[in-house]
Amino acid sequence: MDFGPYLILASLEGAVAASVLALTAVGLSLVFGVMRVVNVAHGEFFMLGAVLAWFVATSVGGHPALGFVAALLVAPVLVGGLAAVVDMTVLKRVAYDPERTIVATIGILYIIQQVTLMTYGPDARPVTPPFNTRLAIPWFEFVGGRPQVYWPWGLSTTSYKLFVIAAAAVTLTLVWLMMSRSKIGLLMRATQLDGEMAQVFGIPVERIYAMVFGIGCGLAALAAVLIVPIQQAHYLMGTDPLLLSFIVVIIGGLGSLPGTVIAALLIGMSDGIISVFYTPTLAKILSTLLVAFVLVFRPQGLFGTRERD
Amino acid sequence: MSSKNEFSKGRRNALKTLGLGAGAAATGTTLPLWARYAEAQSSAPIKVGFQAHKTGIGAAYGRWYERTTNAAAKVINDAGGINGRPLEIVLEDDGTDPKRGAEVVEKFATQHECDVAYGTLFSHVVIGSAPRAGELKLPYFVVSEGHHVASGMLNRYTLQPGITDVKSQVAAMAPFVSDNLGKKVTMIFPDFAFGHDHRDFFSAAIEAQGGEVVAKIAIPPTESSFTKYFPKIPRDTEVIYHVMVGPAVLTFVKELGEFFGPSRPEIFGFIDSLEAVDINSPGLEFLDGTFFWEGNPRYAQDNQSEYDKAYRAAVGVDDNGASVSDPTDISTYAHMFGCWETLHVIKAGMEASGYAGAGDRAKLIEAVEAMTDLPASNAHPQGAKVFNGKTHQVFGHQYITRVTDGKLKLAHTTSIEDTLYPDEVDYTTQAF
Amino acid sequence: MTELRKTMALHIGLLLLLLALNWLLPAYHHGNLSRIMVLASYAIGYNILFGYTGLLSLGHAMFFTAGMYGMALTMRHLGWTPAPAILAGLLSGLLLSLVVGFLALRTSGVAFMIVTLMFAQAVFLTVLYFGEYTRGDEGFVIQQAERIFLGIDLSDPNNRYLAALLAFSLCLLFTLWLVRHPFGKTIIAIRENEDRTRMLGYNVFRHKLTAVVISGTISALAGAMYGLLFGYAGATFASVQYSIFPLLWVLLGGAGTILGPFVGTLFMFYLIDLSSEFTTAYMLVAGIVLVALTLFAPHGLMGELRRRLFRWLP
Repeated sequence: MDFGPYLILASLEGAVAASVLALTAVGLSLVFGVMRVVNVAHGEFFMLGAVLAWFVATSVGGHPALGFVAALLVAPVLVGGLAAVVDMTVLKRVAYDPERTIVATIGILYIIQQVTLMTYGPDARPVTPPFNTRLAIPWFEFVGGRPQVYWPWGLSTTSYKLFVIAAAAVTLTLVWLMMSRSKIGLLMRATQLDGEMAQVFGIPVERIYAMVFGIGCGLAALAAVLIVPIQQAHYLMGTDPLLLSFIVVIIGGLGSLPGTVIAALLIGMSDGIISVFYTPTLAKILSTLLVAFVLVFRPQGLFGTRERD
Repeated sequence: MSSKNEFSKGRRNALKTLGLGAGAAATGTTLPLWARYAEAQSSAPIKVGFQAHKTGIGAAYGRWYERTTNAAAKVINDAGGINGRPLEIVLEDDGTDPKRGAEVVEKFATQHECDVAYGTLFSHVVIGSAPRAGELKLPYFVVSEGHHVASGMLNRYTLQPGITDVKSQVAAMAPFVSDNLGKKVTMIFPDFAFGHDHRDFFSAAIEAQGGEVVAKIAIPPTESSFTKYFPKIPRDTEVIYHVMVGPAVLTFVKELGEFFGPSRPEIFGFIDSLEAVDINSPGLEFLDGTFFWEGNPRYAQDNQSEYDKAYRAAVGVDDNGASVSDPTDISTYAHMFGCWETLHVIKAGMEASGYAGAGDRAKLIEAVEAMTDLPASNAHPQGAKVFNGKTHQVFGHQYITRVTDGKLKLAHTTSIEDTLYPDEVDYTTQAF
Repeated sequence: MTELRKTMALHIGLLLLLLALNWLLPAYHHGNLSRIMVLASYAIGYNILFGYTGLLSLGHAMFFTAGMYGMALTMRHLGWTPAPAILAGLLSGLLLSLVVGFLALRTSGVAFMIVTLMFAQAVFLTVLYFGEYTRGDEGFVIQQAERIFLGIDLSDPNNRYLAALLAFSLCLLFTLWLVRHPFGKTIIAIRENEDRTRMLGYNVFRHKLTAVVISGTISALAGAMYGLLFGYAGATFASVQYSIFPLLWVLLGGAGTILGPFVGTLFMFYLIDLSSEFTTAYMLVAGIVLVALTLFAPHGLMGELRRRLFRWLP
């Protein structure tokens, strides 16, 4: 394939990856920002979203779109509710101590994975997309000095992939509105700035924490429901989103929502685009090292102010 | 130092004997002690340690390996067991991890006191575990299709008598591909050892046929989206050769279809790319008319043998390769026959060597090494095979099927000669 | 002085007990303990950085792997014997930890976790990328005949056990010495309050870098020993999972305690081994135990012992 069309294709693929990543990472960033804890089980809540989407979609009959819409509504809410319960029964009781939270969430990671394996099984199962039309994309070339439109072999995307990008954009806007314009967002930001002070001012910090944890994990689940018609639900699918969201959150600057979104775009797109130039595994090595070096020379992240420990 | 060693051995033997006595007592028998011991020797079960991928990345295969193993054990026991003793499967999960795999092999040898270990699929688990099996002198029968056994990397205690290896599978495909599909091949494979074996063995084999590999696209492991790699496929490609493993295989094949749209080249794939996946999943319509290698045809064919019929029924697989109890539960039919056949080889080897206990392990290995022709039968439902005692590797027919009306229809069966290659090792020269 | 005497009695006593167990344990547990001692050495290396210096790395598998491949590749491709091969492994770990430490220590806290994670991921992918030499994920066998260390056959169970014990003793006694040494006291001070330590005139960066190098080199020793004793090197050991293991072992056993890494490794090994006897869902059991431990024994097993009973434990 020629260079131009290839770059377009890689960018489109990168954009889909970036959208899903942005949603997942914003969930992690919210938890990180407000509660100052690392949720190692974040990827497992992502996986639960995908698995629940499969359960919901297969139990709803009729047109595939019905099942998908039902999954879109039900799975994130269920996962968010479960996460809130985990917060109240475990995280609250370890007093959100950073190290103990890491171990506790590793334990939760094992539990969720194993329970999924025992109930859902080891297969990768697909959810039918509500619509999925292949859209060929035209490109131009110069024939005798004049540009001429043609349809390159293989240059295409699908309507569903475009929908994923749009849906992620809408959701992220809603999250931003919630954080910046609503009362609950105000309470969250107050808690983020100073938990103790917020408590003194009568903010129900414990309830805010449970809610933040629920919303954060619910966003991961939503991202998973969006991706599951493209990739399948599998009980080990949570590891990659976890690692990538981690990176995105740090690169974006701790707890900064716009930073997180921009970092997700950078990471998602660069993964696609670097693969144009290098052999795939070498591209992965380079993009991994790139992330490391960004942090080494800008530890507060690209868009963060100084990190507060 | 040596005296200490002696002491430790004595101590351990004493503990073993104690353990045996305790075990016999636990069975509730009221015989006197000496009789109990004799009794235990004659009718105690033969223990086969089954290293199973119950969790981890291999779990989808592991579940079907387990079902096949249990079915084979039942058939063997219903027919009177081995040397008059019942066969007992001792299952341990290896988590599809080479470190845990090695620990499990130790557990079979020293804790469960199994007669043999068996059943491993993933190559890294085989290679991680085999050194321990060799040191513990525990016969280790793998069902992995890796080239590790025949390459000479392992040891005299490791054998692969129930499934052919990737080198012979791949080499046997090249004539069919170049004669029927095209000469210019683009290979897409996972960027780790299993994929590299495909790359190297197939490149050599297709060049011998006058074809050429025009591009080699290695996909990094853990990748979950693939479209961005497909533009590397050269425009003059006549045949796509694909093989992929792991939970993202369906995404891979679907995105391949979306990439080509209406103008696809010929496509030849290893069924690994769609093992345990329904060939009629949405998005796979473009596969119609493409070809697959299958170790054993998933769909019951027109020329289905009575052996395949009996095997299918015993494991509980319907004519479409799915579980009889759940038509959406697709089996790993192209690989799991290896478990069935390997257990039958173990049985035949134990009977030929008059195997009575752990002391006869070397005799068992020699008996298996002495095997050559394994005719198609209820013990070998996938077809006739030839075992090479020197390389510890079995050779057999390979099947090429074509997607026709939503089913995989047999298009070509290779001869066993097509799959042979020169020996790379002679394990029989190694001491026990 | 009585505390020192108690400390010495406890640790030397443990080593003597482990020595005696070589002749007492049944074969299965004998083999397990060999593994556990090598893995515990890895955890001891990790503990120096995490428990005593207060730096949480999520990438220690790269040091373990550097040791393993430094040893295995020189044996496989250059035909080296085990003794120089182990040194090659140690040197690989030392160099890698020097470079990684130099870069990663520009960050702290969560960024340090991510940077180490990324470097480890790059090492993992590099092992796969050079599959021609490393055999990638499949890995390769180090043949029994090659594993003769200065005339001692390391594939023999007794020799293997004693070699593992030797490595473990070296690591244990070294840490014991280190934490009483001024250097050890300084890194503990850095853990407790980095700014104050800096104001007192200590070169914090150099101390932390030294801690990374010591920690990485001990991890590399464990990696080289593991490959050599059990005859296999593979990319699995470079995966994220193997970076999380030492963190778990140390947290379970008690971060910043000398015996914690050993106790944690022992506990986790048998937790999985025993629970897999009656259920294949052993990860579920492990998960529940982890959650329970954080709820009821937040300082790890040895940490709780120190807090409640033996305040003198180092």
